[in-house]
Parts: sequence; structure tokens; C-alpha cells
Amino acid sequence: MSPQQIADNRRMLTRLSIVAVFMFGFGYALVPFYDRICIALGINSLEVRAEPAANTQVDLTRTVTVEFDANSHGMPWRFEPKVRHMQVHPGQLVNVDYEVSNVRSAAVTGQAVVSYGPSLAGRYVRKLDCFCFTQQTLAAGEVRRMPVSFVLDATLPAGINTVTLSYTFFEVAGKS
Amino acid sequence: MSAVVDTHGHDGHGHDAHGGGYHGAGGIMRWVTTTNHKDIGTLYLWFSFIMFMTGGAMAMAIRLELFSPGIQFFNPDLFNQFTTMHGLIMLFGAIMPAFVGFANWQIPIMIGAPDMAFARLNNWSFWLLPFAATLLVMSFFTPGGAPGVGWTLYAPLTVQMGMGMDLTIFAVHLLGMSSILGSINIITTILNMRAPGMTMMRLPLFVWTWLITAYLLVAAMPVLAGAVTMTLTDRHFGTSFFNAAGGGDPVLYQHIFWFFGHPEVYIIALPAFGVVSQVLPAFSRKPLFGYASMVYATSAIAILSFIVWAHHMYTVGMPVQGQLFFMYATTLIAIPTGVKVFNWVATMWKGSLTFETPMLFAIGFLFLFTLGGFTGLMLSLVPIDIQLHDTYYVVAHFHYVMVAGALFAAFAGVYFWFPKWTGKMYDETLGQWHFWLTMIFFNMIFFVQHFLGLAGMPRRIPDYPLIFETWNKISSIGAFGFGLTQLLFLYIILKAIRSGEKAPQKPWEGADSLEWTHLPTPVPYHSFETPPVLK
Repeated sequence: MSPQQIADNRRMLTRLSIVAVFMFGFGYALVPFYDRICIALGINSLEVRAEPAANTQVDLTRTVTVEFDANSHGMPWRFEPKVRHMQVHPGQLVNVDYEVSNVRSAAVTGQAVVSYGPSLAGRYVRKLDCFCFTQQTLAAGEVRRMPVSFVLDATLPAGINTVTLSYTFFEVAGKS
Repeated sequence: MSAVVDTHGHDGHGHDAHGGGYHGAGGIMRWVTTTNHKDIGTLYLWFSFIMFMTGGAMAMAIRLELFSPGIQFFNPDLFNQFTTMHGLIMLFGAIMPAFVGFANWQIPIMIGAPDMAFARLNNWSFWLLPFAATLLVMSFFTPGGAPGVGWTLYAPLTVQMGMGMDLTIFAVHLLGMSSILGSINIITTILNMRAPGMTMMRLPLFVWTWLITAYLLVAAMPVLAGAVTMTLTDRHFGTSFFNAAGGGDPVLYQHIFWFFGHPEVYIIALPAFGVVSQVLPAFSRKPLFGYASMVYATSAIAILSFIVWAHHMYTVGMPVQGQLFFMYATTLIAIPTGVKVFNWVATMWKGSLTFETPMLFAIGFLFLFTLGGFTGLMLSLVPIDIQLHDTYYVVAHFHYVMVAGALFAAFAGVYFWFPKWTGKMYDETLGQWHFWLTMIFFNMIFFVQHFLGLAGMPRRIPDYPLIFETWNKISSIGAFGFGLTQLLFLYIILKAIRSGEKAPQKPWEGADSLEWTHLPTPVPYHSFETPPVLK
């Protein structure tokens, strides 16, 4: 090989080595590039809060009156709903609070039992959470707010325009 | 013709396997210290054959386990290690070095150069490979064994593997270094060392495809080196490129890997295209149809290969716009590939065809590679790919392009140039047996895997439901036959070296590139020390 050719070959070697080193760096450059793309497109971010799921099953064409009732059966508890009645759409998630206070100077345990009016409506009240699922123990003089979450099933028969939820507390014997 | 033949005297050691003129050390040191492109080409080809047998042995183990449902021979860990190492060894140990071997042997004698541009660098490029292969095989004997993560080395598994993973990472570094140095050598040789009058558009197509392949390697290999280096630092140096607990992202690894991985597909396929583009015209006794369009199509494939990587990962949850972009870009590759297939068929059209072994393998390539291309087109479509992702359909697809594509072309090249290299003829009858057995067993292994994939059999799992048993049995029997047939290939080559008939000066009537027209058979150890005169 002539000296000229050797010099030409060396120059080519240098250039191609630079390309190789550059491409090695390019592999690393893909890391921030990938992050930017994900941020720009709003994908793959761990910090984004999920949108609350929308309820698409609400029947807005119907309005049903729901009445809330509360009794305590032979118990030293004052027990009443915070809201007496409300207008709801079938399929809509409803949250209501009851308040109960123990007027005796000792702890008392009670269990709430629900009844519906009309009783046919019972199977259309889908309770997600209720104080009636468990026994409640109140210390002397304690006041407690208790939630009920429910959905009126959208298949509620058309003839029913008012539903009554009536809770009665019974004392649980032997727990006091 | 004799004006350009170099006339060095014989050395006194009898190491004149390539026609004399060798003056260096004897014995093993000849091969360790050689800077001769023909010696290094031979080393590459033998090395790739040994690796082909090693990777093939693992394939036999895989098919043995899959012969029946249930776990028979290997525990699932070892099975995964076999699939991983089979892939790595076949790609980086067998197919790529085989074509680098062809490049070393053929490029200088096809362009009228005395040797490669950087002869010592060439020696080093080769001798990195045995060390890389040793590291890969050694990983089986470390605690925890070889990596069982799949040849793609996906995070986060690679971050959790045992020390076999580190050996594999270093092996990939060495393999990458070898490929990059070899590619720089090839590019420099082709651009700077051509004989006077050998203009770019007169280069044999094999040289063109290798020029483009070498550019792909220089651009893509360093990216893989970067990806495995990130894995290494994640494992031992507290970085969190891919570790989600530290704010990294395993999907990022897939993007970086496939940015290398898709060009890698064409790094393997393009030299195979080149070999076939030499063989088909020679046995059709017609010049290659559409030479210029072949060059442009090859370039177009190379450029497109850098913008389609994410079609390997449609299921990672990318936005639909991304899926659409990569889908359209991928289907676009079918156009230049279609141009090539058309030109090959048009080359044969109205030619005076004869069907010697190299031609048979080239036609086998043409049929089966095109079939693999069709399944590739199907897999490029997002809705179909999501169905078939990680099933045996994908396994069948890439073996049609890797085995029936690259390996068939390599066989065609060996049979085609063997007489030129050694001055001996191979046994034509046995060569035809080799082709037909390879062809039949290949389809027996992989055609049925399309059915398995469509029926939903996932890849990389050692067990399967009873319903898949029949096709798996057929596939396994085909695999054992295929493996044995390759021993026949070894026998054919050894027999030809020992007792092959003397090859005529020009065994193939239609071959017309420089090595056939300007050099004696066998090629002397030093050739074209004086550049040939091209009109």
C-alpha cells in the first residue's frame, strides 16, 4: 500500500470510530429522550392521579323519593337520620349519615336491623356500606355518626316512587 | 490473466492449503498470528461452523424436551437457558461470523485489492470471538447457570440473574467490538482499496450488500453495547436505568434493544441477499436483473430498518398513534424487499438454468425467505401481531428468514466458492442430498410451528397442553433429521478437502466476477498485489 493509501485508510478508521463512539452515546441519549416523549404524550407517568370512574348507569329520567327512618327498640340510645328524605335517581350512589348517642352511663352494644317500605323494594336497594353490617358498641355518653352507602337498582319497578329505609337498633344481650 | 497472479515461492513447511506462497510461522501460530484475509476468512468460517454445531446441540435439546408434553429431560430453568443461549450463539456466533468470513475471503478478490485495509486489526477482530464464545459457554457452569432470559436480554430479569449474566454481558461487549472493528475494516477496504476502474456501480452485489451491512453494524452495534452496559451498571453500580424501584423503566430497555435489534435483522439478511445475488446469475447464465435497483433497494431497506424497531413490542402499551406509525413504516419495507425478490426471479427468467447445489440452495432461499417475508408482513399488522405475539408463529417466522434465509444463503456461498478457495470440487451428489434433506427437514420443523402458533402455543415454555402434541412431535423429528443432515455437510466439506477432485479453472460457466475471471483456481495465498486492469 502506498503511504497515501495508508493515510487515507487511517482517516477512514478515525471517522468510523467516531461514528461508533457517537452511536454508543446515542444509546444513552435515548434514556432522557424516552422520558421526554413519555411526558409530552402524558403516558407512563407514575404520578398521574387516575380519573374517578364515572357512573354511566344512572337513570336520569326517574326520580324516586327515599325516606329515612330510625328507631331503637327498648334501648337507651337516641338514634336519628341526619336527613329525613331525599330525591334520588335509580343507579345513583347515595351516601347518608345517621347519628346515634348512648345516654346510659355504661357501654352498650347494639345491632341495627333494616326493613323496607314497601317490602318489595328491599331487593332493589344495593347497600355498599352500612353500620348495620356489624355490631356497634358505644361507650357511656358517646355520640357517633354512621354512614350508609347504597344504590337504588335501575330495575326498580316503575310503580314504586317512594322507598323507605327503616332501621331499628336492638340491644345485644350479654355484651354490656 | 497470469499477469495479475502473484508468484511467491512455496514455503518449506507444507502449509500451502491455499495454493502456496505462505511464509510465516508454522502450526497453530500460523493461525494465531495470520494477517492474511484468506486465512482469517477461513478462521471465521470454521469458527461459525463450530458455533453452529454448539447452538444446534441446544436446539436438539429444546426439541427433545418438546417432543412430549410434560417435563421429561430438563428442568424449566435449564430449558430457558438453552433457548437463550441457542439464540445468542446462533446469531452472534454462527450467522454473523459466517458472513464476515465470506466478506474476508471475497471482498478483496472481488474488488481487486491485495488484502483488507487493516490486516492486523482484522486478526484481532477474529480472535476476540473465541473468547466471547468461551464466556458465553462458561456461563452455564456458574452458580445459577447461564441467563435464562431469552436472547433479547430483557430487563428486569437481567437485573436479577446470577453471575452468568455478567459473563454474557462481557461476551456481548467482545462480540460487538469484533463486529464494529470488522465493519470499519470492510467499509475502508471497499471505499479505498478498489482496483482502478472498479467504480461503485460496478461492484459485485455481494460487496454492495456488505458495504451497507457494515454501516448498519457501525451504527447499531454500539447501541446494543450501551444497552448491556446499562444493565451491567444497574446490576452492580447502583444505577436505575431499568429498575422501576429506582425510577427506571424496563420498557426503555426494549426500545434501546430493538433500536439495535431490528437493524440486526438486516445485518444478517443483507449479506445473504448478496450471496444469492452472485449465485443466481451464475447459474442462470445471465447478468443480475436490475442491478441499480438492487443497490437502491438494499439502501432503502437499511434506512427503513432504523425506524421500525417498535414493531417488536406492539404489546407494551404504546399509544395507538405509535402503533400505527411503526405498522406503516414496517409494511413499507415490503416494497424494497419485493423489488429484490422480483429481480431475482427476473434474473432466472429465460435463463439457461442448471441446478447444482449452490443454485439449489439459492432457489430454496428464494422460496422460503419469501414465505418468511409474508409471515413478517402479517406480523407487522398490529391487530394480528397482538394475537400472535410470543407464540410459535413468531418462532416459525424468524426461522424462515434466519435459517432458510441466512443459513441457506451461507450454504449456497460455501458450495459456490469452495472450488475457488481450495481448488477441490465437492461431491455434487452428496451436495444435492444435503440440500434436499435440509429443505425437507427444515419445513418439517418450522412449517408446522405456524399451526402451533395460530392455535396459541406460547414460545419459551418447556411444557404444553396435550392438544399440541402431534405438531410438536413432527417438529421434533424434523429437528433431529435437520441436525444429522448438517453432519453430512461436515462430511462433504472434509471429504472435498481430503480427496476432492481437482476443480477446473472456472467450475461455474456463468460466474463472471473478478475472482473467477482474473485469478487462478485455487486462489493463490497472495492475490492482486498488482491491481488488475479493468476495462
